[in-house]
Amino acid sequence: MANAKAYEVIDHRYDVVVVGAGGAGLRATLGLAEKGLNTACVTKVFPTRSHTVAAQGGIAASLGNMGEDHWAWHMYDTVKGGDYLSDQDAVEYMCREAPQAVIELEHWGVPFSRTDSGRIYQRPFGGMTTNFGEGTAQRTCAAADRTGHAMLHALYQQSLKHNAQFFIEYFAIDLIMDDDGACRGVMAWDLTTGTLHRFQAHMVILATGGYGRAYFSCTSAHTCTGDGNAMALRAGIPLQDMEFVQFHPTGIYGAGCLITEGARGEGGYLTNSDGDRFMERYAPNAKDLASRDVVSRAETMEIREGRGVGDNKDHIFLHLEHLGPEVLHERLPGISETARIFAGVDVTREPIPVLPTVHYNMGGIPTNFHGEVVTLKDGNPDSIVPGLMAVGEAACVSVHGGNRLGSNSLLDLVIFGRSAAYRCAEIIKPNSPHGKLSDGSKEKILDRFDKVRNANGDQPTAAIRASMQKVMQEDVAVFRTAETLEEGQKRLNRVVESFANVHVTDRSLIWNSDLAETFELFNLLANATVTVSSAINRKESRGAHAREDYPDRDDENWMKHTLSWLGDDGQVKLDYRPVHSYTMSDEIEPFPPKKRVY
Amino acid sequence: MAQFTLPKNSKIGKGQHHSAPEGAKNVKRFKVYRYDPDSGERPRMDTYEVDLDKCGPMVLDALLKIKNEIDSTLTLRRSCREGVCGSCAMNIDGGNGLACTTAIEDCKGEVKVYPLPHMPVIKDLVPDLDRFYAQYASIEPWIKTQTPPPADSERLQSPEDRDKLNGLYECILCACCSTACPSYWWNPERYLGPAALLQAYRWIADTRDEATGVRLDALEDPFKLYRCHTIMNCTNVCPKGLNPAKAIGEIKRALSDRRI
Repeated sequence: MANAKAYEVIDHRYDVVVVGAGGAGLRATLGLAEKGLNTACVTKVFPTRSHTVAAQGGIAASLGNMGEDHWAWHMYDTVKGGDYLSDQDAVEYMCREAPQAVIELEHWGVPFSRTDSGRIYQRPFGGMTTNFGEGTAQRTCAAADRTGHAMLHALYQQSLKHNAQFFIEYFAIDLIMDDDGACRGVMAWDLTTGTLHRFQAHMVILATGGYGRAYFSCTSAHTCTGDGNAMALRAGIPLQDMEFVQFHPTGIYGAGCLITEGARGEGGYLTNSDGDRFMERYAPNAKDLASRDVVSRAETMEIREGRGVGDNKDHIFLHLEHLGPEVLHERLPGISETARIFAGVDVTREPIPVLPTVHYNMGGIPTNFHGEVVTLKDGNPDSIVPGLMAVGEAACVSVHGGNRLGSNSLLDLVIFGRSAAYRCAEIIKPNSPHGKLSDGSKEKILDRFDKVRNANGDQPTAAIRASMQKVMQEDVAVFRTAETLEEGQKRLNRVVESFANVHVTDRSLIWNSDLAETFELFNLLANATVTVSSAINRKESRGAHAREDYPDRDDENWMKHTLSWLGDDGQVKLDYRPVHSYTMSDEIEPFPPKKRVY
Repeated sequence: MAQFTLPKNSKIGKGQHHSAPEGAKNVKRFKVYRYDPDSGERPRMDTYEVDLDKCGPMVLDALLKIKNEIDSTLTLRRSCREGVCGSCAMNIDGGNGLACTTAIEDCKGEVKVYPLPHMPVIKDLVPDLDRFYAQYASIEPWIKTQTPPPADSERLQSPEDRDKLNGLYECILCACCSTACPSYWWNPERYLGPAALLQAYRWIADTRDEATGVRLDALEDPFKLYRCHTIMNCTNVCPKGLNPAKAIGEIKRALSDRRI
């Protein structure tokens, strides 16, 4: 404990502290500021650098600007897309609220593309249908192929308008929990000055995104390291459905950069080495616009069976050249640029080499549709963790179930960022007094901080990270078996053990990115560990979790959410929560599970 | 004659040399600006020899290879690695750009890497951008209207009017343009710089916004706007291919138009 006392800690008190300034964090922050709650947003990167900025295709909402649409059809698609693991009350809430939320974004100045009649342009996207699977819906509201960028900037602009308070380039280290299991605040490290800060709050909202960087090849930014997930695990809170990792069918071969599903929405298609449009075989109706898990598996099968393209027959072609330069320029300018820079491809002339690439984590911190974190406690699977919320990719509400549909994530983050702000306004009185925090929690956090800061082993952070990424890439991939997963678990355990020998070279506190990356690695390892255990445990195939040894969905035994706890000893404990197969209102019946074909 | 002394830490010293591993055939030299605020020492240029046969194609790949394999204390901002987040803006090979979209093969000879010019340096390649962000906030970059929006639908905007935002809304706030501008170097505390002005024009050009007059009033200032002397460095360096100089020209034109 001696070392911990060496650090001076600056105290702050707020009604609410939001951790993360991506789409979900900003939507929550500005909603809270609007409601008059004294709010701080703590973020490790400047808000417009958050990974929401990289979202391309759009945000789903049944506006019906391009043909008839209904929120119930959107709800059906989302539940089916999630392979019936979604909580249907939350899905109903999201899909019903979607049109209003998108209109709100337009009112805030998001530069959506337009139809000839001046309405928001909407494009087709994977798994989005009309009339409960009959036709193709045009539901995905787009700002060319830069929708995430347009939204994130507009949300930051609105935050500036509402004078929200930001703590930028502050790295959150750990949640401050009290003895009753309630969250009381968060500890953060200011990179610019090297000082430590304790934020006390009536509510902490984790909006820290996914953990794509646990894998070697991902579309995710370097900063997607699952920090909030890992903080929750360290606070004794379980994560939910961590076995469900989405592979995007069109990451650029080699670089991993995302090519939006909107490219196929606008008419692009995939071919194998025979020039065959193979998706027609795997999804006769939806073809290239089947949901992402289906397309990624199809690509993997083609490559496995020797029909991959390229010298090593290890990837697939995405064709856009038939769309014509005008459509590409107007609707897909961003990916045209990305393909040129990262694949050396002129999309008006040649196909883009692509590969299934890790993209999104359906799993995360379990919440209800108010954003409140829930856990299984004393037999109650919906027991609320006081003082803690989670929104966006970090959360598992669960609207996405076993597989998220494209353009539902931008929707998820505004809907639940907003609902979290509403909930806070209901349950927190602005500027209400704070209780006293015990110093014990602080010292425990500072001890860990100091220990990692002075880590003096023989393994550089980057080497351990590379080993972890290799294991996850090889053994927790698109297709899984007990054999690969158990091998992966053994290998990952060795990687986790090697962290005890990590070496941090930079000893300073000012912008010590060596140290920050080491904390991030520790967080990634926690995420990876529970992902592998959850994947071994789920003996069925559902959504993005494809077990070759259990090829069918097993609703009788596995229609339930996995919960995974990570003990201080590194042991994973698993349990379950029931799926909410009921709706929020009486206006719609839940969709019973049926065979999922596209 | 007046005697001038240079401020502390303004002279760059010679740094360390990290040789390529033996057997490397395709070696490129990177000279990287290093500054450690804790050491009290002046900045230095460290040289790293990187084996390009074992490195990705972009300058960011090389910098991260250096950080991962040679010297983990090297400090830089990075996030998306695909040119949309604007984190890794720096001065490469004499020009501002994003490390993640600048190909190593486009850099001739030794690749010199500095932080964005004329900004306070926090550490290595990490500049202090607080003033840059404050200037962005000062132009009030959010939609302003008097007319309430329709309750249950979007505001209408024709595709032609929406097209007016192309070349403006794509800005990623990387600061390459502003920190390449000699006028901004000279008057950083009073001239808004091309990035903030491009954003100001983004809202003036938006047919949904109803505050053009107020926005123009706020910009009509010999320093905030008129320090732009169409040097065009901004447009030359923009990694997104935008044209801040043109946007500034449009603001000047709007101001002169309303006088007539």
